[in-house]
Amino acid sequence: MKSLAELKAIKEKMQSKVVLREGGEEIRVVVGMATCGIAAGARPVLNAFVEGVNKENLTSKVSVSQTGCVGLCQYEPIVEVYESGKEKVTYVKMTEEKAAKVIEQHLKGGKIVAEYLVSEK
Amino acid sequence: MIRAHVLICGGTGCTSSGSKAIQEAFEQNIANCGLVEEVKLVQTGCFGLCALGPVVIVYPDGTFYSRVTPEDVKEIVEEHLLKGRVVEHLVYNDTGAEEVIGNVSLNDTAFYKSQRRIVLRNCGVIDPENIEEYIAMDGYEALGKVLTEMTPEEVIGVVTDSGLRGRGGGGFPTGRKWSLCAPNKAPQKYVVCNADEGDPGAFMDRSILEGDPQCIIEAMAIAGYAIGATKGYVYVSAEYPIAVTRLQKAIDQAKEYGLLGKNIFDSGFDFDLEIRLGAGAFVCGEETALMTSIEGNRGEPRPRPPFPAVKGLYASPTVENNVETFANIPQIILNGADWFKTMGTDRSKGTKVFALGGKIEHTGLVEIPMGTTLRHIIDDIGGGIPNGKKFKAAQTGGPSGGCIPASLIDTEVDYDNLTAIGCMMGSGGLIVMDEDTCMVDMAKFFLEFTVDESCGKCTPCRVGTKRLLELLDKVTKGKGTLEDIDRMEELCYYIKANSLCGLGQTAPNPVLSTLKFFRDEYVAHVVDKKCPAGVCKDLLTFTIDKDKCIGCGMCARNCPADAIVKTDYVAPGHKLPSYSIDPEKCVKCGACIANCKFKAISKK
Repeated sequence: MKSLAELKAIKEKMQSKVVLREGGEEIRVVVGMATCGIAAGARPVLNAFVEGVNKENLTSKVSVSQTGCVGLCQYEPIVEVYESGKEKVTYVKMTEEKAAKVIEQHLKGGKIVAEYLVSEK
Repeated sequence: MIRAHVLICGGTGCTSSGSKAIQEAFEQNIANCGLVEEVKLVQTGCFGLCALGPVVIVYPDGTFYSRVTPEDVKEIVEEHLLKGRVVEHLVYNDTGAEEVIGNVSLNDTAFYKSQRRIVLRNCGVIDPENIEEYIAMDGYEALGKVLTEMTPEEVIGVVTDSGLRGRGGGGFPTGRKWSLCAPNKAPQKYVVCNADEGDPGAFMDRSILEGDPQCIIEAMAIAGYAIGATKGYVYVSAEYPIAVTRLQKAIDQAKEYGLLGKNIFDSGFDFDLEIRLGAGAFVCGEETALMTSIEGNRGEPRPRPPFPAVKGLYASPTVENNVETFANIPQIILNGADWFKTMGTDRSKGTKVFALGGKIEHTGLVEIPMGTTLRHIIDDIGGGIPNGKKFKAAQTGGPSGGCIPASLIDTEVDYDNLTAIGCMMGSGGLIVMDEDTCMVDMAKFFLEFTVDESCGKCTPCRVGTKRLLELLDKVTKGKGTLEDIDRMEELCYYIKANSLCGLGQTAPNPVLSTLKFFRDEYVAHVVDKKCPAGVCKDLLTFTIDKDKCIGCGMCARNCPADAIVKTDYVAPGHKLPSYSIDPEKCVKCGACIANCKFKAISKK
């Protein structure tokens, strides 16, 4: 080890790999992965979120995990976004493409993608 | 892309309760479910809740599964990792909620809530065999800072200012130890890490080495820079095979990354480290005996002065610190002395790791700020005494320490408060005793240990402890007199005052402190010939209450000495004659009590 910069480079490279264990992220993305969710295609959605969050370097801010049946099986795949101090946001009938848009607009930009929300109708 | 981490405890506790098999089961089930690309398995160090091992944590949820068996693994993988449903019946929950709903965060459990983890910060979080994970957790930043921005005097200044005191037992200020060694000129100086943890019931040093070995290497290099030493030794007991293997791997990796060796961080500072294995002799935990042992000689202490700071290992100036002390150093350098001083009491700063053992619900490892009350440690963090029994006393400092009686349960635990009541912090073993513990028997247990472990070099310790044990033995056999108690006390003070090293000087402490707080129990043994706790066999008589005995004969069938016979007496309301015990034949094994379903047998 010859310099602090070298140490810092290893640290930065590794941080994204251990950050999962730290907790304390501001935003929590939870994908419904019960039988109904998986049948409706939740797995690719989950993977799209995990990959997208990593690609955009959001790992220190956003955690992605799964949950069981949310109860609205006809709307699966369902993705919930929890942010401390804010109301929970529920996206329904998600796809990989929609996930990319949520990452871009909501997770990065802080703007809820209204068209994917569950509607009252 | 990895989306979940499964952390499996690979500490000694969980390894012996089967965590290896669980790891294999996870590997297989994860492969079966096609999750290899998504889930990462990590073997970590001790989480602290050894009583509930083997322990598995799943991140990012932070779900804490306890007492996992290989059969449970399939369910965890298929339910939790595949479908995202927490396997609730396996989740550890002591938050007081009746039912686990969804997920219990580890930090909300009573066991973890009041802990403050500095020394154990990486234990159970990182993979101890991967230096890069340590670096991700700010590892080696402190060494980098020290070598590139600070002078040795400044390093010693920060450590002194932090108020850190030796965690091995004595509580000597670490900064002062370093500053005594730094000015001594010599061609070669040494840094030694004392990892020869020997107190029965203490295992914090082992857990640190197993869970976060890199932090010891980093701290020793910092110490080396501060005092001008280029060579270090870690003296660790060969009885800690997992710790030795992980430490050796850690040293090899540090060398590979250039964090040990020549010209570290291009600063011109060289530091090299080697492991020396101890054979498990308790006296080798004493600093001068330890150095003698590293030199290849029989582990015996030598007189001080000269102190190791002047003439230590190979007659060169040496700083020797304990594992837990070293583990504090990188954090103190990174966060500053003022940060460290915010924790703890007036004269004892920072945190202390305690190994909870004995009659307590949560056997395990906890790190708490100095000054936490004993009541809080036992009742809240430790989960109280099992089976609704009453707390009687806690033994700290192992065979060198003393006991804290129930009347002093609100004592704030720090170096000075413990010394004031005739106790000792020691390395942090905390053995909890309930009403079924005989204090004379307990003192005898620890004295048997020191008699075995005395190296024999000086007479007060070699002969004195042996005589003391004989007197104790006399008391527990009901043959003691009141004069014996006074003689024991006198002998204790003599041994303390005249022994060469810490082993002998502290060996009588368990006897002295039980005499101080539980003298009535000693008196009961010699005057009434009774053991109030019902432990000392020679003073017990087993009797059957003839009116409670229904005459089933279970006791007689299970008596190994044929000491139980049928009588002619039939209790009113019963059909069969009752039994009685022949005291001449009874060996007091207790098998009859264990087998009597009607609680008709008692020992007094």
